[in-house]
Amino acid sequence: MGDTTNAQPLLQVENLRVEFPTRRGTLVAVDDISFHIDEGEVLGVVGESGAGKSLTGAAIIGLLEPPGRVASGQIIFDGARIDNIGYEKIRRLRGNQIAMIFQDPLTSLNPLITVGRQLTETIRTHVSVDERAARERAIELLNEVGIPAAERRVDQYPHQFSGGMRQRVVIALALAANPRLIIADEPTTALDVSIQAQIITLLKRLCKEHGTAVMLVTHDMGVIAETADRVAVMYAGRIVEVGPVQDVIRHAQHPYTHGLMNSIPVVRHDVEQLKQIDGAMPRLTDIPSGCAFNPRCPKVFEYCRDARPELVDVGATRAACWLYDDTRRAGDTT
Amino acid sequence: MTTLTEEQTNRTWVWRLRDSLQRFFDSDIFYSFRRSPVTVVAFLTTVIFFVAAFGAPILTPYNTNDVATLDLMNAFFPPAWIEGGSSARLLGTQVSLVVGFLSVLFSVVLGVGLGLISGYVGGRTDHIIMRIADVQLSFPAVLVALLLFGFAKAILPRGVQDAVAIYVLVVAIGLSNWVQFARTVRGSTMVEKNKEYVQAARVIGRSPIAIMVHHVLPNVMGPVLVIATISLALAIITEATLSFLGVGVPPTQPSLGTLIRFGNNFLFSGEWWMTIFPGLALVILALAVNLLGDWMRDALNPKLR
Amino acid sequence: MNKNDVLVRLTGIGKDFDVSPPLLNRLMERQDKVLLKAVDNLSIDIPKGKTFSLVGESGCGKSTVARLTVGLYRPSRGSIVYDAIDMATLKTQAQIEPVRKRMQMIFQDPYASLNPRWRVSDIIAEPIRAHKLISGKSAIDQRVAELLVQVGLAAVDRVKFPHEFSGGQRQRIARALASQPEFLICDEPTSALDVSVQAQILNLMKELQRQFALTYLFISHDLAVVYHISDFVGVMYLGRLVEWSDKRTLFQRPWHPYTRMLLDAIPDIEMSGRQRIPVAGEVPNPIHPPSGCHFHPRCPYANDRCRNEVPAPIQKDESNVACHAVQEQRLPDVAVTGEPADVTTSG
Repeated sequence: MGDTTNAQPLLQVENLRVEFPTRRGTLVAVDDISFHIDEGEVLGVVGESGAGKSLTGAAIIGLLEPPGRVASGQIIFDGARIDNIGYEKIRRLRGNQIAMIFQDPLTSLNPLITVGRQLTETIRTHVSVDERAARERAIELLNEVGIPAAERRVDQYPHQFSGGMRQRVVIALALAANPRLIIADEPTTALDVSIQAQIITLLKRLCKEHGTAVMLVTHDMGVIAETADRVAVMYAGRIVEVGPVQDVIRHAQHPYTHGLMNSIPVVRHDVEQLKQIDGAMPRLTDIPSGCAFNPRCPKVFEYCRDARPELVDVGATRAACWLYDDTRRAGDTT
Repeated sequence: MTTLTEEQTNRTWVWRLRDSLQRFFDSDIFYSFRRSPVTVVAFLTTVIFFVAAFGAPILTPYNTNDVATLDLMNAFFPPAWIEGGSSARLLGTQVSLVVGFLSVLFSVVLGVGLGLISGYVGGRTDHIIMRIADVQLSFPAVLVALLLFGFAKAILPRGVQDAVAIYVLVVAIGLSNWVQFARTVRGSTMVEKNKEYVQAARVIGRSPIAIMVHHVLPNVMGPVLVIATISLALAIITEATLSFLGVGVPPTQPSLGTLIRFGNNFLFSGEWWMTIFPGLALVILALAVNLLGDWMRDALNPKLR
Repeated sequence: MNKNDVLVRLTGIGKDFDVSPPLLNRLMERQDKVLLKAVDNLSIDIPKGKTFSLVGESGCGKSTVARLTVGLYRPSRGSIVYDAIDMATLKTQAQIEPVRKRMQMIFQDPYASLNPRWRVSDIIAEPIRAHKLISGKSAIDQRVAELLVQVGLAAVDRVKFPHEFSGGQRQRIARALASQPEFLICDEPTSALDVSVQAQILNLMKELQRQFALTYLFISHDLAVVYHISDFVGVMYLGRLVEWSDKRTLFQRPWHPYTRMLLDAIPDIEMSGRQRIPVAGEVPNPIHPPSGCHFHPRCPYANDRCRNEVPAPIQKDESNVACHAVQEQRLPDVAVTGEPADVTTSG
């Protein structure tokens, strides 16, 4: 873990920039971000709505909704670029090498086709097996994701499953072709608390067993703390801090991460007032110059408004903040 | 102090107007309008029809109210069929537009009102209104209009008939057309009434009528506008159909449909222009209005934006 | 609890929803009416100036309780007594109006509860105009500006439309405060918000409670939020209240197996490495709830009595619990789960 790159990472994103051209100018939703995911690693991507976390996931798998587009940067999967390989090739990659789990389990399943049919189709698209073998594999997968009486339920339709069971089916679908990377976009947000815990446990167990890497996109720090190995914190289209999850949660370096952690209420912690971050995430149409967080930052100084900080090593994590640039800080008189 | 407030009010008024104009020209609607040449042409055509129809008394040398001066039969040489015939057609267009507009207005008021009540009150009231709508919908609109028109003719004294013919026509076409408004509005109302702002208004303690008028109505009018535009074209054609069948406006106030009927009698004796030109006018008008409606439907649909 | 301190008392209230198919189908298929018991025999006292929270998973009826309390629904059974006034005795508009003015509701969605076509000033002034609290345009403007400042917005924001600036939740709170209520019913007021905004709103709500001595009925599924804001907490499961007490007792010495399960499902954000008991099962369909104690199919302590007999609430230590296992003392005492580790970060 950490930043050792002795072995080649499974996914390497370099200077990714996602833009939305509109008639009032181009909006930059993801601005020049770089990160990697190692084989078998769970990377949490956390941020508030509008931070660009979901778009990053969509960009990697080539599912950006037009007019959104990757304006620059590289996405390297298993040593080869996948951001410029054309529709057919990326389609073959999807499901086979990279799978995706969406927030709403109801809309990511076709309501008119049985669960088993959807599974066997996915299996047979990627692996050349006959119908019977595919069906057996489907039942096996349903068993694996903890669906009771899988032999019977394989012939049922999605609406016959409850919310938690549906999300299990979606996970089974994602695992069908034994992908090496799963991009999970808010996989637990639509679920009840008790189901949420079940799904997190399941996802964690399966990825460990299969050695699948996961990019877990969520707004919920609790889910990240439970699941991820490393976490990248996004704010206004930028990664502001990235590092091992323990260090980011317990010793956040970036003032935004720090504020975010403090503003989460915790059970059996008695505080009269939560420590809040004032203001709101800027809209894409008016992102402040310099560090995008500067208008809300309690430790802001002059230089923060002028130049954009890049990620630098701070303790065990990497943070994009001028606080950790001694020359800039020394030059500040405020 | 008073003068100051007055001045302030005036300024706010001007400021608000400028503000909303600014917003309109800056809006996505205007942008999509500008980007669609077909729509611009359709809009201009509609405007030309309006100006021509309602400016008819100024635009033509003939007395448009005296049918005797409109010598349609002899107006077969250019430019005579342009001059003589066109004044009749302008007048006809005016009648067509007036009938179309009033009948759409009638069906909007009726349909939106019933739809709002049906959707908001629900239960038995909703059932009754919607079953009436279903029955109404199972007859073709023209048939309903014919029926109502015949009914009115039967009960009204002869002398009044011509005078009120236009209004009977308006009511007949309007009544045959309200269902789609009622259905659309009912659907959107049922969606809106469960939204939290309506519940918030209930918690505040506002009366159902106030909630319907102030909260729900403005939020369900978008689709109504679209349907109204499209059914304007429909109403114009229905009116033309009725007039063509001879049950529409009296001959003293010929509409485009009446003109086509007149001409139809002479179609095979060589006076083709009597039918073709009002027919052409009708087609162009209906097409233009319909295109406008189509564009509006797309522009106001958030899914297609 | 001293009787004088109670602002709202719900006694045995229930609410049924008719979810039967249409009359014609029912007659042809010879089916009976299908009733969904959204709330079943629920009694709580909400003390003056305090926050009473209801927690539970989706479909447990907590939002229905909120709507019953504020008068959006009429209870099918039971009584709601507001400050010694039985709501059922109020018949005319003139009788209801003065009571209604004293309570307001804050809804979940920051924007859906604001009419998108109204300006902020009109939205906030609506209760003032509806109850004719203040007359005169300038006086109302003054009051609207004051309310906006109170919730942390700028007075100039009043000419904007709701979607033109962030802070939808603040606008709603301003509107709720407009009629100077003493009782606020908050239905998941922060669950649609991002954490940093949630913190701002929770702080604001606490501040307003102090300032105006407000009483809250707070509905949420987020136990951490509930712990932060409440004085008393009730846990609901499929329309019934299964356990309630003051917040510290409930979070530190939970009795009902469902309460324990919920507490255990909270993500371990402190990364204390706490071992969780695996949570089993899902909430059943509320139209056909399990017999006896609704929780028995998921309960590790269930026996035949649980399957057949609805448990009545009993006093257990400082808590009120509806559970046969607790009453029969079959349940181990779990005084919770350690003091929290120090989460906070450096700096």
